[in-house]
Amino acid sequence: MQISKKRGIAAAVMLMTASASWAFVPAVVYDQAGKFDKSFNEAAYTGAERFKKATGIAYREAQIANEAQKEQVLRNLARRNVDLIVAVGFSFTQAVQTVAAEFPKVKFAVVDDAAKGANVQSIVFKEQEGSYLVGMAAGMASKSKKVGFIGGMDVPLIRAFGCGYAQGARAADKKVEVITNMTGTTPQAFNDPARGGELARSQFDRGVDVVFHAAGGTGMGVLQAAKDKNKLGIGVDSNQNHLFPGFVLTSMLKRVDNAVYDIFMAGKNNTWKPGIVTMGLKEGGVDWAVDANNRKLISKDMEARITQARKDIVAGKIKVVDYRAGNSCPVQ
Amino acid sequence: MDSFFSVLDATIRVATPLVLAALAGLFSERSGIVDLALEGKMLAAAFAAACVAYMMQSPWAGLAAGMAAGVMVALLHGIVSIGYNGNQLISGVALNMMVSGLTPVLALAWFQQGGRTPTLDDAARFRSVELPVADAIAASAPLKALFGHNILVYLAVLVIMAVSWVVYKSRFGLRLRAVGENPHAADAAGINVKLVRYLAQSISGALCGVAGAYLVLAQTGAFIQDMTAGKGYLALAALIFGKWRPWAAVSGCLLFAFTDAIQIRLQGSELPLIGSIPDAFIQAIPYVLTVVLLAGFMGRAVAPKAIGVPFVKSR
Repeated sequence: MQISKKRGIAAAVMLMTASASWAFVPAVVYDQAGKFDKSFNEAAYTGAERFKKATGIAYREAQIANEAQKEQVLRNLARRNVDLIVAVGFSFTQAVQTVAAEFPKVKFAVVDDAAKGANVQSIVFKEQEGSYLVGMAAGMASKSKKVGFIGGMDVPLIRAFGCGYAQGARAADKKVEVITNMTGTTPQAFNDPARGGELARSQFDRGVDVVFHAAGGTGMGVLQAAKDKNKLGIGVDSNQNHLFPGFVLTSMLKRVDNAVYDIFMAGKNNTWKPGIVTMGLKEGGVDWAVDANNRKLISKDMEARITQARKDIVAGKIKVVDYRAGNSCPVQ
Repeated sequence: MDSFFSVLDATIRVATPLVLAALAGLFSERSGIVDLALEGKMLAAAFAAACVAYMMQSPWAGLAAGMAAGVMVALLHGIVSIGYNGNQLISGVALNMMVSGLTPVLALAWFQQGGRTPTLDDAARFRSVELPVADAIAASAPLKALFGHNILVYLAVLVIMAVSWVVYKSRFGLRLRAVGENPHAADAAGINVKLVRYLAQSISGALCGVAGAYLVLAQTGAFIQDMTAGKGYLALAALIFGKWRPWAAVSGCLLFAFTDAIQIRLQGSELPLIGSIPDAFIQAIPYVLTVVLLAGFMGRAVAPKAIGVPFVKSR
């Protein structure tokens, strides 16, 4: 009796796993900053949740605790009948290329960097376009005509944020000076809020009154310092206006949620293709944020000018230079 | 001139947690216990301080919780390395890993915001000290650099003086050093070696607790996974380069913070004669300079003789 019961359960379990393997199983992997970083990873989570709500298909998720776990986590998911794995963050590129080659039947996607492979899709954003818009907002909101940028890890991707921001600030007002700081040269630079706060304070001491961060968790320290010193911060990736209402001028949105949702949907509808997808203002990949929390900080004039610039970029009338194209920025 | 005071201001802010952690390490190492767990103690304290300050809406409660958490981790280190004569290096590293993993998990379970705690209100943080002459201070850069800090900074200054007195002038300090240099002789003289070492660990934990609490309650306002970002190791380096002496270790921390503050302000600016140099080089300046200066001026560092050796009472 006992034995037959156990056998029955075992059979049921086998049946369940068998049937599960027929259904579409997507997965998302977050990087060190974590699922609720109020920024990049959280946006990915939002997109995955939206997919779940729209289709009723559950997804798997995993988070790495350190660099070394990347390949291990990807491999574990690939082995367990997952059809499509979305890795969030440029730091996954190498790991995805390695693991994708080992599992040719599994589909992989990297958000935020171009990875190679016959079964790999890469989503890259035109950060410079969204940064240009918040740069304009900063240039117009600054009273001292000095605006700051604080990047996380010093890589071309983060420089592209700063470069677009500087171009926008200059476009709003030719006299604006942009002061740039990078937190560090390792991934740790995205997780050091104390240092972020310190960098922001150093910029405030130099006369900056609006600061834009592209620094993940480090940026939390930047926004906190802006609030403490009664200056303005600008959020990044997710809408961070609500973190310190009245002290966050706007946020540069990187619609990672749209990207993850689109990839999952394409996977489900069998329209998924490997290769590079670029998402700019036009494709809904980047944007700036206006909501109840920052309404009072954005004047009618500012909004009108930014909306116009947004249209011009979409129409191709304004070309925002990408730092990554030549590893240099036209504006200092 | 204003920029000089801005650098001075930043130096004090950045150096405070390093100084506290270095002095914490001093107690532990002078008693003969290698303390790689500084990082873990600070991180645990930062987490506890963030949680309690948020729930009680009081920075003082947060500080107390931070110190308690620091002492708890320190005593774990003590039980392994003093009680069971375990390998002190491994115990320290293991504790760092444990705290680094445990804190985000607990934060996720308690606050459902992933590896972070909710942002603290102003009422739950240590803000700049309110002095009767606050307006004059806010207006004057030199006064602000010296008097515009939060209470923990001044506490750290008192701690430096207290530590150098305790280590060199008090009976406990003498025993501490004896236990770290030659525990068997100390034992023969009737000193309870293990008790002294446990006490040293507790003090180390409490000081790390203040350092960790400072990160959250004074500097950032929320706990984030691995937010100590290597500050414990930096403090340990300052301690070793400072030859396990309080003032030398403190000056190491100040030197690092000072060059770091300058480094931040140099990034991206053109230097006279040299022109612009890549930021990566500028970012390396504090580390290189601190090592070179300390190594150059301090000479050979001689560790406490019994460091890393478990004490087994001879019969």
